[in-house]
Amino acid sequence: MDIRPILFTLRRHKLTCCLLVLQIAFTCAIVCNTIFLISQRLERMRVPSGIAERELVYVQMAYIGKRPDEKARAAADLAALRSISGVKAATLINEMPFDYGSDNSDVRTDPAQRMPVLSASQYFGESAVKTLGVQIVEGRDLRPEEYVDLSDAFALLAAKQYDKLPSAALITRAMADRLWPGQNPLGKQYYVGKSISFTVVGVVANLIRPGRDRLDVGAQYSSVWPISLTLAQGAFLIRCAPQDRDRVLRVAVDKLKALDPNRIVLDKGTMEQHRRDFFQNDRAMAGILLGVCLALLIVTALGIVGLASFWVSQRNRSIGVRRALGATRGNILHYFQTENFLLTTMGVVLGMVLAYGINLFLIVHYELPRMPAVYFPVGAILLWCLGQAAVLGPALRAAAVPPVVATRSV
Amino acid sequence: MLSYYFGLALRSLKRNRMLTALMILAIAMGIGASMTTLTVLHVLSGDPLPGRSASLYYPQLDPRDMPSYTPGVEPPGQLSWIDGMYLLHAKRGTRQALMTGGMVPLQPEQSSIDPFHANARYTSADFFPMFSVPFQYGNGWGDAEDEGKARVVVISAALNDKLFGGENSVGKTLRLQETDFRIIGVLGDWRPNPHFYDLYMGAYADYEQVYVPLSTSRDLHMDHGGSVDCWGDSAGDQVHLERENCTWLQFWVELDSPASVAAYKQFLEHYSQDQRASGRFTRPVNVRLRSVMQWLDYNQVVPSDTRLQAWLALGFLVVCLVNTVGLMLAKFMRRAGELGVRRALGASRRTLFGQLLLESGVVGFAGGVLGLLLALLGLWLVRQQPSDYAKLAHMDAAMLLATFVLSVAASTLAGLLPAWRACRIAPALQLKAQ
Repeated sequence: MDIRPILFTLRRHKLTCCLLVLQIAFTCAIVCNTIFLISQRLERMRVPSGIAERELVYVQMAYIGKRPDEKARAAADLAALRSISGVKAATLINEMPFDYGSDNSDVRTDPAQRMPVLSASQYFGESAVKTLGVQIVEGRDLRPEEYVDLSDAFALLAAKQYDKLPSAALITRAMADRLWPGQNPLGKQYYVGKSISFTVVGVVANLIRPGRDRLDVGAQYSSVWPISLTLAQGAFLIRCAPQDRDRVLRVAVDKLKALDPNRIVLDKGTMEQHRRDFFQNDRAMAGILLGVCLALLIVTALGIVGLASFWVSQRNRSIGVRRALGATRGNILHYFQTENFLLTTMGVVLGMVLAYGINLFLIVHYELPRMPAVYFPVGAILLWCLGQAAVLGPALRAAAVPPVVATRSV
Repeated sequence: MLSYYFGLALRSLKRNRMLTALMILAIAMGIGASMTTLTVLHVLSGDPLPGRSASLYYPQLDPRDMPSYTPGVEPPGQLSWIDGMYLLHAKRGTRQALMTGGMVPLQPEQSSIDPFHANARYTSADFFPMFSVPFQYGNGWGDAEDEGKARVVVISAALNDKLFGGENSVGKTLRLQETDFRIIGVLGDWRPNPHFYDLYMGAYADYEQVYVPLSTSRDLHMDHGGSVDCWGDSAGDQVHLERENCTWLQFWVELDSPASVAAYKQFLEHYSQDQRASGRFTRPVNVRLRSVMQWLDYNQVVPSDTRLQAWLALGFLVVCLVNTVGLMLAKFMRRAGELGVRRALGASRRTLFGQLLLESGVVGFAGGVLGLLLALLGLWLVRQQPSDYAKLAHMDAAMLLATFVLSVAASTLAGLLPAWRACRIAPALQLKAQ
């Protein structure tokens, strides 16, 4: 179709056209970036944890008063939990994946290094690996004889008896690759602080570290140390089959309360729900972004419908004349469709430039990565489709104008 | 004349109901979204202690070791026990308080209430007068109680309501951590937002229920919450935090004049130099002295998601406005014939301009009212969100006014261009075209 007459007509509505192009450009730019932001959030929420998420429940308690026999009580509690039917493993753990905060230490491959290579979190707790369901890909699990009580470890630290501290550790694949790229990490040593060294005895595939602020800076930088905990130092983590979780959690809380009523349940639940809570802000933000995206597209679509309807009724007579002179309904329909395509294309081209600008702004102010090029055509195609869908109604109405209109006066 | 124009405007708007509804809806959605996000931003970035915050300062020192030192690094956000105690006892400010937070098991005397964990603040005495904390009953404690590790407690109004039905509970006993404490004060309504004095418990965290002298809390080994940053070989043993190389305390000082601020900064530098000379500090002198607002700004307490939402909503408003301008322009231009006749009959350009502007003003006003309703709905939706600041999202008088100013300004802006364009029509040309 010849686009010259269309351009000629559009030149008579320069200002209106400019406004429509501007609106499409803004919409395109914002929608591109918003879709990118949504995909970022979704990617964040899909991070692998490396643990048996669907098989874990937890109980966190606070204790009133001193317990001189804490160790014995912890052992009794754990024995009671392990005796519940369906329970595969149970432990007292210092921190859980998907906690809001996390405990981290600087890690060096040489104590003389000025800057640490990375910062990693450390999990404590007897049979933590078995309970969490972490997969060991190289080396071995920690042995029971390697474990030291946390209180004893503190005492050893205070007395500067570093050689008696535990020295075996498990680390994640990601941490090993960062510490010793391309080398076998088994048997290698790393340092926490100046005088505390650990020897890597095993490597696990994945193990996410807790902390909302750690997801973007090495989400998998975690280690497991052979340190066991007593009651107040940890939370109970219990592994069982997915369908047993509710029952096991209920029985576990009852048993724990029966063994020692002088404690308060601070928090309990399943790991699945703990993960959902951890990402609730991201989910809410993704929802808001999606809402804004849809609202923008709707407003722009309605704007196109409104303007096109106006133009159709304004050109009623000239459409009639064209029909009388032999233009088919299809010609009229195509005329309006092409007109919209031209305007949308102009808007999209300007929108691409704007989208790039907005992305630069976000990179500077919100530390976002550069938007992959694939998002640009996504925005363009979305707006082309939107424009064509919006203009279809008014264009069909225009095509339905009978030629006889030409003979009537306004 | 104005009422006549008003009538004309309404008639013209009625002629194209769909289009009018579209324009009003577009403006309303833009304003609703912008005002929702701007209100949240306004609430979150407010001054926690209006009138007081300018004279409150937060000193920072850098006691960490050399290995990980890089020039220009910021000092840690908290103080160690040794430094905090030194600054507290030096009494170089008008008032000063050393504090931290945690959770304390509370066993109510009433058997009807289960024991629970109370949110606690461990602080020295000046906390209450320095932050102008209002008291419903009784008072805070003094230096003597700090020195004597006294078993005294100040409780919040909410806890007083829960345990004592809101009655004067001063003199009664409260059992914390298996120890009897004497209640000496009940706070009034006090919720500065953000929770500026300790951002490590969450910037919009739940407020403390009990306030206990810091010395007492350490004596009884009360649980410490919040962040602990250690260096060297210190592992952050909770029970012996005093002797560990860790920062875990917040310190605030009241300084009433610029001269005293400068003097205090000098004092911090001298202290750092002395500590360097004695070998306890190894890094070059690195001190900061920030006021409340500077401290909040430095810590970027306003969530970046909230700022992003505000930008997004403003972008949305721009699209809605451009949309309305386009529609209004098309509408006005379509009435070129009518306007031409009126011009030919003697109406001046200015009158026509005024009339058209009035028409767009009516659309803007309607859009503004609807936008306000949408903003209230939006804030209600924000309050249903899980974030810890969500419940603070309420509209105040200032934001209400701002909404109206924004909507009227937006719609006038949207009406200006079409009205200006429409009154530049040459009357003769339009009449000829008829």
